[in-house]
Parts: sequence; structure tokens; C-alpha cells
Amino acid sequence: MGVAGLAAALRERKISAVEAAAHHLARIRSHQALGAFVALDDELTLAQARAADARIAAGSAAPLEGVPIAHKDIFVTADLPTTAGSRILAGYRSPFDATVVRKLAEAGAVTLGKLSCDEFAMGSANENVAVPALGFDHPVPVRNPWDSERIPGGSSGGSAVAVAAGLAPGATGTDTGGSIRQPASFCGVTGIKPTYGRASRYGMVAFASSLDQAGPMARSAEDCALLLSAMCGPDPERDSTSLARPAEDFSRQLAGSLDGLRIGVPKEFFGAGVAPGVRAAVEGALAEYEKLGARRVEITLPRTELSIPVYYIIAAAEASSNLSRFDGVKFGHRAKHYRDLADMYAQTREEGFGDEVKRRIMIGTYVLSHGYYDAYYLQAQKVRRMIADDFQQAFAQCDLIAGPAAPSVAWKLGEHGGDPVADYLADIFTLPASLAGLPGMSVPAGFDAGLPVGLQLIGNYFAEAKLLNAAHAFQQATDWHRRWPAGF
Amino acid sequence: MSEINTFEAAQSGRPTGPLVRGYEVIIGFETHAQLSTVSKIFSRASTAFGAEPNTQACAVDLALPGTLPVMNKGAVERAIRLGLALGSTIAPRSVFARKNYFYPDLPKGYQISQFEIPVVQGGSVSFFVGDEPKTVRLVRAHLEEDAGKSLHEDFVGQSGIDLNRAGTPLLEIVTEPDMRSTAEAVAYARELHKIVTWIGICDGNMQEGSFRCDANVSVRRPGDKLGTRREIKNLNSFKFMQQAIDYEIRWQIEEIEDGRAIQQATVLFDPDSGETRAMRTKEDAADYRYFPDPDLPPLAIAAEWIERVRAEMPELPRAMAERYVREHGLSDYDAAQLTQSPALAAYFQGAVAAGANAKLASNWITGEIARRLNQQDLAITEAPVTASQLARLVARIGDGTISNNAARQVFDALWTGEGQDVDAVIEAKGLKQMSDSGALEKIVDGVLATNQRNIDEYRAGKEKAFNALVGQVMKASQGKANPAQVNALLKAKLG
Repeated sequence: MGVAGLAAALRERKISAVEAAAHHLARIRSHQALGAFVALDDELTLAQARAADARIAAGSAAPLEGVPIAHKDIFVTADLPTTAGSRILAGYRSPFDATVVRKLAEAGAVTLGKLSCDEFAMGSANENVAVPALGFDHPVPVRNPWDSERIPGGSSGGSAVAVAAGLAPGATGTDTGGSIRQPASFCGVTGIKPTYGRASRYGMVAFASSLDQAGPMARSAEDCALLLSAMCGPDPERDSTSLARPAEDFSRQLAGSLDGLRIGVPKEFFGAGVAPGVRAAVEGALAEYEKLGARRVEITLPRTELSIPVYYIIAAAEASSNLSRFDGVKFGHRAKHYRDLADMYAQTREEGFGDEVKRRIMIGTYVLSHGYYDAYYLQAQKVRRMIADDFQQAFAQCDLIAGPAAPSVAWKLGEHGGDPVADYLADIFTLPASLAGLPGMSVPAGFDAGLPVGLQLIGNYFAEAKLLNAAHAFQQATDWHRRWPAGF
Repeated sequence: MSEINTFEAAQSGRPTGPLVRGYEVIIGFETHAQLSTVSKIFSRASTAFGAEPNTQACAVDLALPGTLPVMNKGAVERAIRLGLALGSTIAPRSVFARKNYFYPDLPKGYQISQFEIPVVQGGSVSFFVGDEPKTVRLVRAHLEEDAGKSLHEDFVGQSGIDLNRAGTPLLEIVTEPDMRSTAEAVAYARELHKIVTWIGICDGNMQEGSFRCDANVSVRRPGDKLGTRREIKNLNSFKFMQQAIDYEIRWQIEEIEDGRAIQQATVLFDPDSGETRAMRTKEDAADYRYFPDPDLPPLAIAAEWIERVRAEMPELPRAMAERYVREHGLSDYDAAQLTQSPALAAYFQGAVAAGANAKLASNWITGEIARRLNQQDLAITEAPVTASQLARLVARIGDGTISNNAARQVFDALWTGEGQDVDAVIEAKGLKQMSDSGALEKIVDGVLATNQRNIDEYRAGKEKAFNALVGQVMKASQGKANPAQVNALLKAKLG
């Protein structure tokens, strides 16, 4: 049962919040081999569920009352440990909840543990995990329920898997360069990244501040609409980049007709690098949209390829600075043996960070260094602006943009063999919208050799309602999002 | 902000200052003024001084994961006030940047500051060195956060970190290298200190570190290109500032005279030894990897905001001093003295409002009162003699009731609390001047009758002899004679 269905059943008291919580806790335990969860507290979850039941009984149920939601371990939580997938935060407990966590709790959601992710959200495969998963005494990569030998995508891999395997009706994720949309695509679930600034970043362990956005992952656009409505809203006293755009009830805006909707199809999203099976599934989805009354418009996003170097410069630059606070002085890991202060920093960070994190800190440090700043960071910012301008030109011709969320389906665990560039190239279709700060989503649109393919929809700023409406209409006409992986 | 090399700016057209052993001295300042906001620049923690370590550091100040900075409007408003006071441009859009470096008392591993586009640009500070007017140009003033403190003394083999100060708002005020002597540098710092306290943006407490100066000092032979500078850090009293800069100038000249080149360096002044010592040299200079802080949108200041602040600005000391010169005929120097602080100016204005002759009141305030305040280490607000008492005293001098000498006695009685009412003190002490010209004339005649030698000398052209006669009359009247009247009478009688 999805978020919307479960919320309705809870309100109608067809099921209790405690029953819903217990059901999901049991599923999590029986599928811990997936490695999706890193923290779980049954008592905490059940206590919250009992409180939700009491509110339902008292007739004061909030929209998500009693619905269990799991959180990507990049959101800080007061009641559960927060690691961001990193050894350097081993044992860390935040004194406060992330705004998104708090808002979901205020909307009645019950916290269902913390989900595995790539360390500091840096990764496209959820293989860069440095903390043990639930039921393990060592770090494990998250496995894709459609094929347990394959990666789930990343960095919100745990979130995608929890939803795809029915361990949680919905989950939070974060998207910096595609970390919601790409794993949603690989696991056959629905995920949306809102416009940059719509959801507060307060309490999200920062990776790249100008790109990080929170969003929901769930079984349908309808479910995402319900979750996103609760997650968004201004947070001016906590996050200066949070926008003064009032919260919206996206669930009320799902019924619109697609008649005359202009869907822009960028030719750069259908080049030689796209797997034929992915292309076929996406073309099928576009044909479906035309049946629903939408019109296909050919557009161009000429700087799509440039988004890869631009992203890996800007994100790395910001990360290199954001991660400086993990220095062994105030919290988290500190090396046991060191000679002096400089050595303490070096040993702590050497021991605490994984390879991919170190790689990005080094790249980021380099591109910000004296003598290189103009050629890399500044130049990347200029091209970033051009990429955003390209989108505005495109939106003069269309209402939404559609294409594949990723060039391929999920690859095999270890297939990239530690080649980071192979991972980076797989982000090509999600990076442009991230750099422009635009909302984007991934909607299940078919299969390639038994593995899910996601259709990416990109909207203009604040077009979340339009996106969700288009996705919902598609899901009313198709059943890709209702498919379950075998054994779940 | 030593990485912005204003020091190399061309100095053509600036007058050469007094030479020290044949060298010209060139000084530029960077001052950190702690802004008087209740809460920190990017968090809601208190900025109050002196709390137990780490009790005034919230999650944002501790840089806990997930925390983000939110700009304190009060800090921006104070920057606007400074810009308006110094005739600077207030940037409609300025940018916060991260200055990246590792240090235990820097919780985020970077300091949020402003780099390429500061909030206050240009402007100047004008003041007097003695009677000589000087103007020092500002490069900029930018907002930034303070770091915490490392406590090395209290922990054996370890250091303590106190983050109460982390995130305290600072305005770093940077000058052009316009100063040409220690005296000018100290006068600049005093003037800037006066302005920031006057406009209420900084409490000016130098001991608590609310106003800290870094002096960039170099020397050169007149006409040569600029010498290599050394930066004296954290000068937290005007006395040390003077000693440190004087020492540094001597040291640099001796180095050059001994054939050694000056190395660019950051130095600290040790008040115990009276010497400056290098902390780090240019080779150690870090690459701070400045970049715009993505957590903070550019700071936009609308023209209406500036106008709102302008409307609330107090009259500035210079404008006030110019008004005193214009309205009360005071000298530039006296007017500048009276406008050292709002409280002092208020005292003067209080006396004038109570009817005092402005010039006389000014003389008393800048003379006797200043001397006694200084001696007893009192603020003007603590002066035992009120402005209205001073006004009454001055009035009694003006109307000839008492002489200046008698006035001093009255003043002393008021100051020590011996009396409260000016007239009552005059009465009690019998200090009234002789107003009966018949009685005075008798005394004058008596003095003239017994001092023929002085009369002869005076007639022979000796001015001193006249003064001796006046003195004799004053003595004979027990100080009660009006000196002006005595003068007139003597002149009349001596023809």
C-alpha cells in the first residue's frame, strides 16, 4: 500500500498506525540483506505510531497521520544516529531534527529508521558506504531488489530500495546531481526533486550547498504529492536559501488534463550513449503522453555534456569547504594517534573519509586554489548560468521537458570497478536540471531486460504541481509503477 | 585582509610626512570593530562578553552538521551606519565569501567574510594631529564573523576551545596606506574609535577586544618605491599602538641601515618587552581559497533602507564641531575636544542651554574639568559638577561677581562636594569681587603711593612693571578686585 492509500486507511481506521509500523518493521528485518537501512529503533517507531493512533482516535489526524516514513541518513535526527554514510560521523547524535524531518513529523508521519546512502551523498551507485547496514557488522553496498547483484543507484539508494521492496511506503531523499531521480529510475519508484530552495536544507548534512535539495521517493506521483506538500515551505530563520514561496497542497492539483501540454524532448538526451532499451521505454512513454493529449516538441539543450565537468567542479568545490568542519575537534571521529595538530587533522580525515569523498575534497580544493580559481570554478559558474539560460529558452517552447533519467538501467555491483568517471558520466541527464535549480522527477516508464527504466520530467521553476499532475496522469494510464520485483 | 594588497597602491600626490632618521614612514590600518548586536552575525546566540566557556555557542556556532547561517539584519544596519558616517558607498549588492583554513577555534573550517564585493566601499576619516587637519582614505569595510578562542594556559598538554566568541559580528575597516607618522596613526585610530562608539555600532571596549587594530608599517627613503611592510596584529590599546609602531619603525630602519632587507611578516607586540616579534612570514601564507558562500545569497541593501538608517543617524562629531565653531565662535581645536564623545558634547550643550557663555564653558570643560576627570579616571557622566552648576559658575565670572581665581575655589568646593549652590559658596567663602569702585580706588591709590619704582619703570616702557602693580592691587584686595577694573583704574591714573 502506498502513502496515499495507507493514509486513507489509517484515517478510516481500517488499519492502525501501530499495525502499519509493525508490518514495515517486520519487512525491514526480513529483508535486511538489501542493506537499505542503517538505523532502526522499533520502540521509537511504535511509540510514535501509538501517539498517531491516539490522534486519529481523537479526530485530530494530520494528513500523513500514522504513515511510516524512512529518512535518508543525510538528514539529522535527534532520536536516531546520523552518519551521512561516513565513518567520520560514527556515533554522532544531532541535538535537533532537520526541518524536513520535523515537518513530516508535524504532518503525522511516523519515523521508520534511517536509510543507507553514499557517503555524504557522493555517489551514483550507493557503493560508497562506510557504515554498517542494519544486521551487518561491516559496511555493505545497497542491493537492487529487481536484481540483487545490481546497484540501486545513488546516492539515495537506500531510499529507492526501501520503497521498491515495500519496506517503507515512502522515504525522503536528497538530490544534488540526480540522487533522487537516478535511483528512483533504477528501482522503479517515483521520486521528485523540487525547485532549489523549496525545501529547507536545515538539517541536511551539506554536500554541495548550491545544489542540495530534499525530496520524496514513493510508489506514485500521488504519494509524492502528499509527501512533498508536507516537506516544502519557507524556513527563513534556518536556511537563507529557502525561498519565500508558500507551501502548496500538491495533492489537490493532480486532476488537470494534459490536453495541449507541450512536452519538450531535448535531442541531446537521445544520443548514442543511451541504451536502446532505455530509449525504447522512454519513446513508449512519450507516445503514451501523446495519447493523453500532450504534444511533442523537439527542443535542444546544447550544453548537456558540459554539465558533467561543470557539476563536478562546483559540487566538489563546495564539498571541499562544507566538509572542513569534520576535523576531529568538536564531534565525530578523532584519530587516536597523532603527533601534533596538523597530524590530528590529517589522521582524523584520512581515517574518517572514504576514497570518493577524499577525491572530491581534493578536486574541490584544487579548483578553488589560487591561480586555478578563474579557470575552473569561475568558468564553471559561467557555464552553469548558460545552462540555466538554455532551459529558459527551451521553456519558451514547451511546458515540460521529458527524457531518460539515466542513459542505462542499473549496472552490476562493482561493474564500474572503482572507475569514478564511469559513475560521473551516468549522471549526464540529471545534472542539467540540478545546475539550473529546476524541479525534476523520475517516473517508472517500462523495463529494459527486466530492469526498471525511469522517465525524467523537468519543469520550470515552481512547476512541481505541473510535474506531479503530468506524472499522475501517466500513472493513471499505465501500470509500470505498480510492478513489484519478484520475491517482494 | 592582508591578501588585498592596498599597500602597493600608488601614493603619488600624498605629502611626505616627518622623516625619521631620513626615512619616510608609511602606515595603513585594518581595524576589527565588534558590532554591538545582541545576537551573533549568523545565529541567534548571545554576544554578551564574559560568559562561561561555550555557554553562548549554539548549534550554528558549533558548526554542527546541517546548520546554516542566517544574516543578522542588525549587523548590516551597523555597517550602513558606518558607511554613512564616513561618506562611503554602501554597496547595493555585496557578497559573503568563505575564507577556508583549519584551526581548532574556527568551527566550520572556514570564516564567513566578504572578499570581492564588500558592503562598505571608499570613504574617509578626517581628524587633527595637533592643529593640523588630516584625512585618511578608506578602502573598504566588510562584515565578517569572529572565530572562537583557544585557551592554552589552563590545560596541561592540551588546549581548550571556547566558542562563545565564534560568530560575533565584526566590521573590518581597511584604510589606504595614508598615514605618515605614529602620531597620525594613533590619531586616526582614536578618531575611528570615536566615530564607531558615537554612532553606536561598537562599544569600543579595547580590553575586551571590541576594537582591535592591525597596523601595516613600512619605511622608505623619500622618493623610493614603497618598502616591504610588516603587519602588527591586535593592538588593543592606544598606548601599545604608539609603542609598537614606534618600535617597529626604529627596528625596520635599523635593519635597513644594517644592510638587511625587510621580510614581509605578521608581527605581535609584546608590551612587557616593548618589542614586536614575527609570528609568521610570507612563506607561510595560506591559500584561503575564497569563494562566494553558497549558503548566503548576495546581501541586497535597498536605497530605502539606507535612507531609513540615514534618518536615524545622530549628528556626527565633525558636523557638531563645525557647528560649535560657527554658532559659538569656538576654535577648531576646542570644538574637536568637546566632541570627543556624545556625553562630553551633551555636557557642553547642557551648560550652554543653562545660559553659560559657550567660550567660557568650553574653556572650563577642556581645561579644569578634563584635567580632574583624567586625574581621577572618571567619565564625564560621573563628573561631580553638573552642567548647570558650571553654567552658574561661568555666569558669575561673566557678570563680574567673582574673579577667575575665586571661580577656581568655588569649582573646587563644588567638585569635592563641599557646596552645591554656586552663589552660596561664593557667599560662604567671601569671594565676591569688589564692586564698589570707591573702595578699589583707595586701594589703587595706596599701592601707587608706595610703589614709585614700578611707576617709573612702567613709564620707562616696562610692561612687567604694570603687571606688578596689578598684582599688588589684587593682593591688597585679597583677590576680590576685578582685574579688568584694576587695569582700567591703573591705566587711567598712570595716564
